[in-house]
Amino acid sequence: MATTAVRWLCVGFMAVSTANSPAFAASPEPVDPWPDLVRDVFDRRPLVEGTGVVAIEMPDRAEDAAVVPVTLWLRAPEADGRTVRAVTLVIDQNPAPVAAKFQLGAGAGAAMISTRVRVDSYTNVHAVAELSDGTLHVAETFIKASGGCSAPAAKNADEAKANLGQMRLRQFAQRHIPPDGLREVQIMIRHPNNSGLQMDQITRLYTPAFFVRDLRIWQADQLVLKVDAGISISENPTVRFTYRPDGARTLRAEAVDSDGHDFTGEWPVEAGAME
Amino acid sequence: MGIRDRTGPAVTLATLSAVLTFACARGLCQPVAQPSLDPLTVTEIAGGVFVHEGALALMTRANAGAIANVGFVVGEDAVAVIDAGGSTQEGRRLLAAIRRVTAKPIRYVVNTHAHPDHVFGNAALARDGVVFVGHRNLPRALAARGQFYLDRFRRLMGEELIGDVKIILPTRLVDGEDTLDLGGRSLRLRAWPAAHTDADLTVFDQSSATLFAGDLVFVKHVPVLDGSIKGWLGVIDELARMPAARVVPGHGPVGPWPDALAPERRYLQRLAQDVRGLIDRGTTLRAATESAGASESERWDLFQEYNARNATAAFSELEWD
Repeated sequence: MATTAVRWLCVGFMAVSTANSPAFAASPEPVDPWPDLVRDVFDRRPLVEGTGVVAIEMPDRAEDAAVVPVTLWLRAPEADGRTVRAVTLVIDQNPAPVAAKFQLGAGAGAAMISTRVRVDSYTNVHAVAELSDGTLHVAETFIKASGGCSAPAAKNADEAKANLGQMRLRQFAQRHIPPDGLREVQIMIRHPNNSGLQMDQITRLYTPAFFVRDLRIWQADQLVLKVDAGISISENPTVRFTYRPDGARTLRAEAVDSDGHDFTGEWPVEAGAME
Repeated sequence: MGIRDRTGPAVTLATLSAVLTFACARGLCQPVAQPSLDPLTVTEIAGGVFVHEGALALMTRANAGAIANVGFVVGEDAVAVIDAGGSTQEGRRLLAAIRRVTAKPIRYVVNTHAHPDHVFGNAALARDGVVFVGHRNLPRALAARGQFYLDRFRRLMGEELIGDVKIILPTRLVDGEDTLDLGGRSLRLRAWPAAHTDADLTVFDQSSATLFAGDLVFVKHVPVLDGSIKGWLGVIDELARMPAARVVPGHGPVGPWPDALAPERRYLQRLAQDVRGLIDRGTTLRAATESAGASESERWDLFQEYNARNATAAFSELEWD
């Protein structure tokens, strides 16, 4: 699966970097990359709209284009046994449009997945959820933002360097997110997540892309969530999500970045958060 | 400081053409090499200490980026410039203002940090014998951000204003403290830990007890967080102990020291306290940006332009506590 995801990211990058070349950037109506993305990322499979399986929550306008909060809401159709298998977040006009693919562990039942992304220009954003019967369900929104992918990272560069790879898990008291019985956690990783589009003014070279590309969260031996991530995920990547606890005493996270560094963490499940 | 443009359609075609007409009416459509630019208006706030107070605004084509306070100090032998403004044009106008006051050579140009409204004027002042001075982190910050700033402000302000802007790295770097000698007059430089940015430098003129604080101090203009809110609150406490009589903030009017620091301290404390409370209650980043610091909204210029972004930065920092 990881290989497939990486291929998708690369295909997406190439397809749209053409559309973002200076000639196109100057034109007032940029080419809509979505038809090509449907072909390249989703193999032209039919995307069903309006089923309510997936919804996107994003601000209309980015406060900081390098740190834009996005929340995906997932709801499998009731009563027919189908579940959500995966959801792919696509920021159409970004140089690498596939921001992330989230694969949901069987039975882990994520109903909400939230992260922070870079947004490079005014763009449609799509979320495509795949149900266990293989059908694809799509939601779309639009956001005004600019420059998120080339924006310089690290407001505090010394600290960012010193803390690279630190991981943290936050566990939240229950909110009223249906369905009942889900818990909400946030996994955080200190990482510059360099996009590869940030140019060094002095050397005239782009800072190489350097980002967390794979993140897995487990309860005991059960996969809760797997994230194939691209360069559109913000510095210090974070994923906040709900899942169905199976009684395991710990949560474990494993991350790998684009240079092959492994980061791991394990945390006891907080009793208070389980109420 | 103007690292931000509202990402919305702030400049419509209609307003853009209005701006162009206005700019042309003021003669700004002339080639920028034109020698007779109006000198910047400067005030002598203490003997030999001159300040131009920037507009409380974002950098635009109409204001040619002249939004930060820039100044210069004249010694017996030489002049030091503290920040060069937001375009080469502003730098040239600053140079013209200096030449109205004195014929002494410019020995130093001090950049208080890497933001474009403080460094984009550098090229106008660069010549043999002029030494650029900055925080030891300034070269790194300019390298990482310079191209992004040039691209962004070329779109916002136009090629005529940004085309001749050069990113100039300081060659005299300050780590801790340093002193610049202007002949019979010493400027004490101090490099600070990450606060407004991670390359903040202050200049203290001992003769007049004037502190050029750069963007470590904002007055009237809402503070802009691009470094560390915890660091900034710590720096403020230390800064307040400096034996200054007055401060030249990075933005806003010159004020008495340390009283001029109080509103900024209150804003940053409020923002940090709000954000910490929201994090403790499990609030999301998005919800936090809508409420953190809101009680300060009536007290500052440009609050709508920067507060939610400040809250984003504070949240991203403080959620790791």
